[in-house]
Amino acid sequence: MSGAEFVPLSLAPLVIGVLVAVTCALPGNFLLLRRQALVGDAISHVVLPGIVAGFLVSGVIATWPMLLGAAGAALLAVVLIEAIRRLGRIEPGAAMGVVFTTLFAAGVLLLEQSDTSDVHLDVEHALYGNLESLIWLDATGWASLLDPAALAGLPPELFRIAAACALVTGLLAIFWRPLKIATFDEGFAASLGLPVQAISLGLIVVAAIAAVAAFDAVGSIIVIAMFICPPAAARLMTDRLGAQVAWSVAFAVVSAVAGYVLAGYGPLWFGARDAVSAAGMIATVSGLILAIAALAGPRRRPLQPRA
Amino acid sequence: MLFDALTLGLGYNASLVTLGATALGIAAGVTGTFLYLRKRALVSDAISHATLPGVALAFIVAVALGGDGRSLPVLLLGSAISAGLGLLAVQWLATRTRLTEDAAIGAVLSVFFGLGIVLLTVIQTLATAGQAGLEDFLLGSTAGMLRSEALLIAVGGALTLALTLILRRPMLMTAFDPAHAGAMGVNLNRTDIAMMGLVMAVTVVGLKIVGLILIVALLIIPPVAARFWSDRADRVVLLSGLIGGASGWIGAAISASAADVPTGPVIVLVAFVLFSLSFFLAPGRGVMAAALNAFAFRRRVHLRQGLLSLAHGQPIYESLTLRLLHRQGYAGRDGVPTDAGCAAAARARLDEERWAVVRADPSLELAAARYDGLTPLQEVLTADQVAEIDSRRARPEAAT
Repeated sequence: MSGAEFVPLSLAPLVIGVLVAVTCALPGNFLLLRRQALVGDAISHVVLPGIVAGFLVSGVIATWPMLLGAAGAALLAVVLIEAIRRLGRIEPGAAMGVVFTTLFAAGVLLLEQSDTSDVHLDVEHALYGNLESLIWLDATGWASLLDPAALAGLPPELFRIAAACALVTGLLAIFWRPLKIATFDEGFAASLGLPVQAISLGLIVVAAIAAVAAFDAVGSIIVIAMFICPPAAARLMTDRLGAQVAWSVAFAVVSAVAGYVLAGYGPLWFGARDAVSAAGMIATVSGLILAIAALAGPRRRPLQPRA
Repeated sequence: MLFDALTLGLGYNASLVTLGATALGIAAGVTGTFLYLRKRALVSDAISHATLPGVALAFIVAVALGGDGRSLPVLLLGSAISAGLGLLAVQWLATRTRLTEDAAIGAVLSVFFGLGIVLLTVIQTLATAGQAGLEDFLLGSTAGMLRSEALLIAVGGALTLALTLILRRPMLMTAFDPAHAGAMGVNLNRTDIAMMGLVMAVTVVGLKIVGLILIVALLIIPPVAARFWSDRADRVVLLSGLIGGASGWIGAAISASAADVPTGPVIVLVAFVLFSLSFFLAPGRGVMAAALNAFAFRRRVHLRQGLLSLAHGQPIYESLTLRLLHRQGYAGRDGVPTDAGCAAAARARLDEERWAVVRADPSLELAAARYDGLTPLQEVLTADQVAEIDSRRARPEAAT
């Protein structure tokens, strides 16, 4: 394939897919180890009502009101889950189930009731996004990467997800040690004087940032998959946190690239004309990687073998 | 209009859907309670998302064989098969690898759902007539439902409910105390499989009404709401069924009587309203009851400490204590005790002194453990014992 075709049509979605995968997989490692893997699931469900509310309040399909709405909804969900868990003495899984299904239902209802038929906002889009549509029309070939005029035409989602990726990576790098200690032994971390509550909340906030930024570009299903599958597969490869994070990033990148290529070009190999959903395919590939790791990963055995 | 819908006055199909949603709600509420008590509520999320590839594959296979891809029984059969595979995948990941169950749930639900999305886009490219409508399984849709489909759902809901009621005893025993259930001769593995089978049945029947993303709400919200009202497992099951049934009934009726109101989200929101009522208003475990209890406790502590201060002639500066004493008629606004206040203060002091005797005597250890600075000794010991303690209390005073 020539650069003249690849760069405008596939480069931007591919890069965005990789950035999304990495942005979600990084905090996913810690969520997985803290047994909070489903937080990503919950957050990505509540993003929908947030975006709808952001749209209804601002009245325009603009990015910032919707991102703010999504972030607000994620925050609201975390607060509600904690409130139900603590005040109602309900186990965390069930509290989460109550909150995210309700907020999602509210989002769907808001969407159906409000007059959004003329704008590009629907449930399907929220669920599986439209990675393929993030094309870079100003590009003519590889040379466009050096052309400032063409670069200005890159999809804005690319810059937002790149910023989110940099932010998430930076925060994890800065707080690596306290996060690591608090993840593996909260009691020890507290005895060292680390603010374990703040670390726990901070991790969820980082996950929310990742989810909202990623959702903006690709929809929620890929977000959930990337939060869980690459870190879970990496967990089956190694017992060291650093190595696990490295594996998860590698798996995330492979999922994104392979998934995008399979979705875009796979059907052509079978003689079909149209591509299939890239977001769905990326999630599927990450699941295949997890399946392989679960069957053959060097550290796949349960920690306490059953008698 | 809403009243008509609630009383099944909106035509045959709408009535069937309402009845089906009610039966589904009851079945989901009852089944969900066992899941919740087993602390496996979110497994249902994986099961429900795992239905999507099955629905899409069933459509593709049916069309490839020259049949009608939209035939509801075929689609539901496909969804049941892939939901079963998803469940097996969760079990396998959680038991045979070191991944925890929540990670297994998240992995299965996202991957199966992603695969389902891929298959949906494949179907869109198949250019077969009548492909529209598969997306309805995401969020449920009862509008324009065929009579045969409505019948299928009503019958399916009723069957699921009947099965749940038949299996409730072993499931209840297993959920509440697996070890005890095993000792009583309940086959734990088979019960767990039956429970998961029922969850699958609820999910499959609910696909068309509530949709696969929200069906999990019907399995989680009613049990959590019911849990606030009772500590007895059988009552929680009953209440959860009632809450689920009411959500299905009212939600389907609202959806049938108003235009453009999707059924699934409305049912979920009705369930959430019932949950909120339980959360705030339930006696005992509800938030309001807890707040009232906490406030009543605070009052009792302040009043008691205030009376003891009066008894010892100490001045009181704390404003809540002053207010409480004044409201009870024990003291003026300035904290000067009234006659009633002096009497109450003397009683409080007497009680405190009796307690001091009890706590100093190791042979009364059990009674002393009940000391909390609030309970009068008469409530813990008999009148004879109190009199005996009074005699002991009098002696050291007489000696001095």
